[in-house]
This record gives sequence, C-alpha cells and structure tokens, in this order.
Amino acid sequence: MGGQLLSGGVMGTAGKARLPFLAGIDRWWLVALPVLAFLALFFVYPSATILLRTFTRFDAPQVGGLDNLVWFFSRDANRAILLRTFVVAGLSTVLTSLVAFPYAYLMTQVRPAVRTLMFGVLLVSMFFGILLRNFAWVVMLQMQGPLNDVIAALGFERQRFLGTMPAVLMGMTHVLFPFMVLPLYAVLRGIDTRLVLAAESLGARPARAFWDIYLPLSLPGFIAGALLVFVLALGFFITPAVLGSTQQSLLSQLMYAQFYRQAAFGRAGAMALVLLVATVAALVLASALSKRSRAYEATP
Amino acid sequence: MTAPSSSAAEVRFVSVAKRYGAGPTAIESLDLTIRRGEFITLLGPSGSGKTTALNLLAGFQEPTSGQILIDGEDVSRLPPHKRNIGLVFQHYALFPHMTVRENIAYPLKQRRVAKAEMARRVDDVLRMVSLEIFADRLPRQLSGGQQQRVAVARAIVFEPRLLLMDEPLGALDRKLRESVQLELKRIHRELGATVVFVTHDQEEALVMSDRIAVFNAGRIQQVGTAEELYDAPETQFVAQFLGESNCWVGEVSPNNDALCTVAGACREIAGQRTPRTPTSGLAAAIVRPERCHVVARTAAIEGWNSVPGRLREVVYLGSQRKMIVDLEIGGSAVVTCTPDVVLPSEAAVCVRFPISATRIVPAS
Repeated sequence: MGGQLLSGGVMGTAGKARLPFLAGIDRWWLVALPVLAFLALFFVYPSATILLRTFTRFDAPQVGGLDNLVWFFSRDANRAILLRTFVVAGLSTVLTSLVAFPYAYLMTQVRPAVRTLMFGVLLVSMFFGILLRNFAWVVMLQMQGPLNDVIAALGFERQRFLGTMPAVLMGMTHVLFPFMVLPLYAVLRGIDTRLVLAAESLGARPARAFWDIYLPLSLPGFIAGALLVFVLALGFFITPAVLGSTQQSLLSQLMYAQFYRQAAFGRAGAMALVLLVATVAALVLASALSKRSRAYEATP
Repeated sequence: MTAPSSSAAEVRFVSVAKRYGAGPTAIESLDLTIRRGEFITLLGPSGSGKTTALNLLAGFQEPTSGQILIDGEDVSRLPPHKRNIGLVFQHYALFPHMTVRENIAYPLKQRRVAKAEMARRVDDVLRMVSLEIFADRLPRQLSGGQQQRVAVARAIVFEPRLLLMDEPLGALDRKLRESVQLELKRIHRELGATVVFVTHDQEEALVMSDRIAVFNAGRIQQVGTAEELYDAPETQFVAQFLGESNCWVGEVSPNNDALCTVAGACREIAGQRTPRTPTSGLAAAIVRPERCHVVARTAAIEGWNSVPGRLREVVYLGSQRKMIVDLEIGGSAVVTCTPDVVLPSEAAVCVRFPISATRIVPAS
C-alpha cells in the first residue's frame, strides 16, 4: 500500500512539478534555433532560389514559364546525358553491391581483431578524399600504368582506359564501396547463421540454403545501401570529370557547364529538379520495396 | 518403448572423438548404440560434450576420429543435407521471413514433393501439433510454445528416420514445458521414429526418455533407463547429477564378494559393488536421501549402516520433511521422510540406511 502511494507520488512529480533546472524544458527547442537559421540561410534559400529560377522564361527571367524544362527535355543530347546518368548510377550500384557483399559477409565471419582491421581499411580509404582516390585510378589506368603493364605482360595490346565508361565505373565503385558495406554489414551481423544450418538439416544444399535464407534476410541492408549509393551516384561530378571524357559527360557535368560557363541558372535548376525528383522516386521505391519484404519484419 | 516404425534408424557411435585445435577435447571417446525407435536423452551439464555429439550426428561437425553409423552406413563425412535427419534447434531457428506453412513446407520443397501432396502433408502435421489456424502467420507472431511446435512440425513433416532435439524446451516456462513434454512423447509414439533429445535438465530426462546417456567432461558416464540410473548409479557424478545423493569418499577395502567399505575417518560404510567399483584406491559410498532414516542412537543392526550425528535443520516441504544432519565423521547427510516425523533440532541422532541401498562407486 505504502509502495503504491510512493510510486503514485513520484509519477505525479514527473508529470507536473519540475525541478528548477528543468523549468524551461519545453523551450529547449530554442537550442536548435541557430541550426535552423543556418539551414534556412544556406540551404532553403539557395534551393528555393534555384527552383524559382527554373520556372522562368528565357526572354524574361522575371516572368514564370517552363522554358528551362522544355529546353532540357527537347534536346536529344540532354536526354542522352540523363539516360547515361541513370545507367551509370544503376551500374555502379550493382557493381558496388557485388563487391561489397563478400566484404561485409567476411566481416561477420572473421575474428574481432581482423574485423577491426577491415573497418580500418574502409575508413582510411574514406579519409583520403575523393579527388586523391580518383587520381590514384588515373595512375593505375594510364597507358603506362600497372594495369596496362599486366595486360602487356600477358601478350595483349595496351588499352586506353582513361576517358571511358569502365574507368568511370571503377572509380565510382571504389568511392561508393564503403556506403554499401556499412549498412550491409549492420544487417548481416544480425542474421542468425543457425537458420542456414537449419535449412541444410532440412535437406537444402549449402548454396540453396544461402539463396533461400541468408540472401532474403540481407535484403534490408542491400536496399539501404543501394539507396545511398544510387542517390550519391546520380550526382557524381569529380569522378566522371577526372576519369571520364566530356563526350560522355553525366548530368552533374552538364549542370556545371550551364551554371559556371553559361551562367544559365535556370537550365542548371531544371537539371537539379530532375535529380531531386529522381532521388525522391528512389526513396519511395525503396520504402515500397521494404514494406513488401518480410525480412524487415523479421529483423527487430 | 513404443513399437518402432520400420524406417526408424539405428545409430552407432564407434570410438568417436572430437577435438578443437589445441583447446580442450570436446568428446574424448564415445561408444553408444541408439536402438531403433527409442527415445534417448543425452544428459549432462554444459560443456559435457552432449551438444557436440548431436552436432556430429547432424553433420554440422566432423569427428576427429571414429565412425558414426546410421543403419550400418558410415555417415561421418556426409554433409547435413544428405543425412535425412529431422532437427529441432534450441531456439527453434524458424525462418523469420516465411509463414508457418512455408516453414513446414521447406523440407518437402527440397525433396521436390508434388504440390498437392505437399499441401496435404503440411496440413497433416499442422493438425498433429494443433496449429491449423496459425498456418499463415509469421513466426514472430506466435508465442514461444507455438514456435516450438512449428519447429517440431517442420522437423517431422518429411518423415525422417531420426529426430534430434537440442534443448527444445529450454526457452519455455515451467508450466508450458510439462505439457510440451507430454506432447513430444505423444508425437514420438505416433511417428515411431528414433529420437535423440539433448538436455541439461535431469527432471526432463527422467520424464521423457526410454534411456538416458549421462555425459560429463567429454565422456559417457552411464547409459540406462531412468530407474537404472537413479537406483544403481555407477559413478559419483551420475549419482549427484541425477537427483540428490549422500556421498562419502574414502579408501575402498574389499570386504567380501558383495560388499566393500569406505573408511571415512575410522568409520566404515558398507555397500553394493557395481561393475566399475575399483578394488583399491578412492571410492565413494552413495545413498539416496529417501532411503535413509533418522533414528535415536541405538546399537547397530545387521544389514544397515549407522552414522551418528546431530540434527542441524528440518525443512518442511509440504509432501515431505527434509532433515539435515551434521555427521560426527564430518560433512552432513540429507534425509527425506514423511512430514509426520517430528524430531527436536540439535538432537543427537543416527542416520541409518540399508547396505542394500548403498552403492560403492568410483570417486570423481
């Protein structure tokens, strides 16, 4: 009885009367005010400006219109660049998945010390910065580089890699690799490997058990990683600029050209809008996929 | 034991050993024959080798040496998916992304059973474990007991010749456990398959098994029916792991053909020889608390051991009274008796027990 009274009293205290230092608890959102102001000034304002400029006319920038969007979609060259951007983003997502899965899986299997090392390799490569890593690929892929040395040693002709799509894809896969590994590892770590043993005991060959059990349960990690990689890949600029060629430019390069060389803010804005819509679409698709996947319900 | 089905398996472990690298040996040497259609329990504390034995039988591990024969065929190097053994895991290992029906159909799918036949057999086992109405739920939407029944259904739906269960009741609460024990016995009866059940719970082993194999430190201590193990334990470990025992350790001295004595601080306790009683060295005299009496100090009686002591404590347990007696030769003895025996505490008494109920076993 006494215990009940006591606990009732404590609850009452928590609900109404406050300790002095907590007196202003519902005004704590004030702490977030500087951040909100910063975002409003440096994110909302420029984004809104770009979007507003998108919906203007060429001849009268103060008047609303769809000239920029019409320009973007009516030119074959632009549509080709848009398509190429999506294909490259899709391909680099697939490639990254293929390379990241074994790595993430291995991380769940090795001793803790080795796992720490594998984490370290991942993070150190991120510390080096995107530009440096892309220049490393330039060294790697050039006519007299190590890769061509190997090809020549095998008796084949030296190949020109730089300025081609494969070079861009290699560079992008390398840069995006950690963004796939980390969410994937987080999910793989939680998969109970005894489930795979159970499938084998029920008559499934090891490959079959892996396909039926392990892979579906890893899906949430794949979707999270793929979303991250795909959206990042859509806006990639440095890698295609360093490793690719202007003949095969991607949307971000076109945007850069319109923005800086031609000061055509409206056209650049139209492209930014297209990317924004694509990103939102990817998000919606990912959330729809995850709702359909029972693996989500399975993982706590 | 129930009538074994003709397809029930006979299992033989022949000098099986399992070592992990440089670490301690998981199984020293295992020789065990599991009869067709029997319900055998591998009982022991954790780390005793019972789970390793199960993993070797299931094919998740390979023995370092020795052979495992199922129906005379050496399966030691056969991968798990070719062994046709049903397995119920400790935490059920239900596939979380599949419904109950899909879980149970999984082994049939691997065996390419026709659709209609598959549906019929899944329905049959669902009925057997009374889970028909949960067929389309996901495992996480079921209670622990229901999940356990799905795991059993999945392990028996393909009519395996051998069913292994690794502590399948460990995660259930006590009350549920008792009803599931009876349920598993019924399923065993209906299937007629050979069942190997692993547990560390001696009570569970006593309730369920045709025979029990007691494991300790990588070796089988004794194999037998519950009665054999309880009434005629062959090692000190078995006597103390299965139920409660009073135990005196001392030098063994051969007395005559049937008895031997343990000298514990100048006091001799006589008992029955067992097949493994040593002829010299250390041995333990074992007697169950319910075979002992607490009496006033009187002269010795032929055929009984008498050990003087002082009554320390009486614990009332409802159906019985438990008395703890500090013995003059050191240590204490536990005696259980009907609740109507009342003695003052601190009384000078004798613990008396028949020589025929006392066993002299190797000390561990």
